[in-house]
Amino acid sequence: MNELDFDSPRFTIRKPEVRFDAQGSASDEERAAAAVQAFTRDMTRTAATYMESCIRCGHCAEACHFYMASGDPQYTPIWKLEPFRKAYHGKKVTAAELRQWQELLYDSCTMCGRCTLACPMGIDIAGLVAQARHGMFAAGLVPHELHAVAERAEREGSPLGATPKVLKERIEWLCDEHEVDIVLDRPQADIVVTLSSIEIMKYPGSLVALAKILNRLGASWTIRSDGYEATNFGLFSGNLDWQRDMSLRVIDAAVAAGAKTLVLPECGHAYGAMRWQGANMYGKPLPFRVLHISEFLAEAVREGRLKLSPMQGSVTFHDPCQVSRRGGATSAPREVLDSLHADLREMPPSGDANWCCGGGGGVVTLHRADAHRYRAFEIKMKQVEASGASRMATSCSNCRLTFDDGQAHYQWDRKMESLLELVAEHLQ
Amino acid sequence: MELLEFARGPALAFSVAVFALGLAWRLWRIFRRPARADYSLPRPGAGGGGLQAIFRKMLPPRGVKVRGASMANAYAYHLALAVVVFAFAPHIAFVERYTGLAWPALPDAVTYLASAVAIVGLVFALLARLTDGVLRLLSRFDDYFSWAVTMAPLLTGMALLPMPAQPVPLAIHLISLELLLVWLPFGKLSHAALVFVSRWRTGADFARKGAAP
Repeated sequence: MNELDFDSPRFTIRKPEVRFDAQGSASDEERAAAAVQAFTRDMTRTAATYMESCIRCGHCAEACHFYMASGDPQYTPIWKLEPFRKAYHGKKVTAAELRQWQELLYDSCTMCGRCTLACPMGIDIAGLVAQARHGMFAAGLVPHELHAVAERAEREGSPLGATPKVLKERIEWLCDEHEVDIVLDRPQADIVVTLSSIEIMKYPGSLVALAKILNRLGASWTIRSDGYEATNFGLFSGNLDWQRDMSLRVIDAAVAAGAKTLVLPECGHAYGAMRWQGANMYGKPLPFRVLHISEFLAEAVREGRLKLSPMQGSVTFHDPCQVSRRGGATSAPREVLDSLHADLREMPPSGDANWCCGGGGGVVTLHRADAHRYRAFEIKMKQVEASGASRMATSCSNCRLTFDDGQAHYQWDRKMESLLELVAEHLQ
Repeated sequence: MELLEFARGPALAFSVAVFALGLAWRLWRIFRRPARADYSLPRPGAGGGGLQAIFRKMLPPRGVKVRGASMANAYAYHLALAVVVFAFAPHIAFVERYTGLAWPALPDAVTYLASAVAIVGLVFALLARLTDGVLRLLSRFDDYFSWAVTMAPLLTGMALLPMPAQPVPLAIHLISLELLLVWLPFGKLSHAALVFVSRWRTGADFARKGAAP
């Protein structure tokens, strides 16, 4: 049941023979009531501001890759919030509507926030989608695969089976294979490093790259087996309790190690979950600073602690939405690429306005979303080709996985590279 | 009571009161709700994002292609409406009569042109709303009624131009304005005030993160 699939370019559970897109045995009335209760709990001053402000101009539509890939008005970002809006105005929301909206809130929204950028009223539609997912989870109406991996992450500590035992074995293997020191569970360390399950299971070279760089810097660092998983499928699925559990594992481990800095891996949503929401899960300011790996690298090159040799060929950079557009760290990877003397060819558009790869928000886990996601990925392929660059890099393993999957689907002669691994390959 | 007397007296007082109280109610609906504390460490220089966003969002978003013709039309009729409402000499005289406040007017020809731009722009906006798939899906009664109460003072005002001293047409023009004032707080036209609140909110939150709103 819900066996993980590591044979395809995209890691998720195997395609379910029978889908269970509803959890539990609640009646439709109970599901609708639970959703409305969760929607109501999320009706803060900010949400109310947005609910009151929409002028229904439709400008958000063309900012959305899923609308652009289909031309279907139902994929207009603000329309995805219709049940949430109805609940705000005290109108009846039915379980049938919620079932219908499941595809709009999960399969066709990566919460990339391009719609937020387009909205003339400044409505943070992506943030509202995350809140609407809370209601969907409360109603027990989460897509099969996403619920399965989120439940696994809550139970095992990893959505992709990268349990502490697997992590330990991987690290031992990597240390032997690459002759690199990776210290697991150092009791005290200045820097606690976190990982993405995707890196552990699919891109272990990232761990090696990370270790090489940190060792070169002479850093006091460790990976903690009691809090290493930076991905947060509680956030994706809409379960606030799971989101908190997943965040607190990492926070408690970093606190136990006396860390001054928590480094987040090449993962987009991990950045949003910890850098911008972690303290709110903790209920007070974090006693350490939180940096995405691209920020950590940028700081090291800025301070002259990391010297890099020039990289070959031209490169374009794919901005992970949650790090750049919604995270505010757009300049960090460019500082790193500059220190690599990279011939950077920006995609049109780039940076904060960059198009999403289509795999974020848990969308890449969903088999039934594949056809639409692939069509949305065509926008990304065109962007890359228009840049004229010979190479492409990113700093999100989920984006990288989505690119690998798209590359295989379209037999595209491109390979997404990791910024972190590029840096490790060019250490002076 | 003559119709004009009614329009200038109790109807005006009622509509202004509903306008003011209605907007206050609309804002109360927002501000009565709890604000969640944010414990994340803001980026250095995060202040001022709310105010910046109010102005920044007046410009088309950088790098994000939106409906070009629709946006150009929106700029045109918003600007034209502002000119008609605030720069037409009789409108300034009307405000001065009740408040004592006055400012220089634009030449009548400019405001006539602005009226034409506003009317054509609103017609274009309505056609777009009736024919575009996205807008049709999103549209509700509010969109059409708000359009009608915005268009009404423009049309009654234009009709008044050849006969400015006629009491009945003037009263009808005033009543159409009063209808607009009464409806404004309760429909989408309230964006005239809410735009500052929502842009401020997102600007402040995103500036904390160092991100573009």
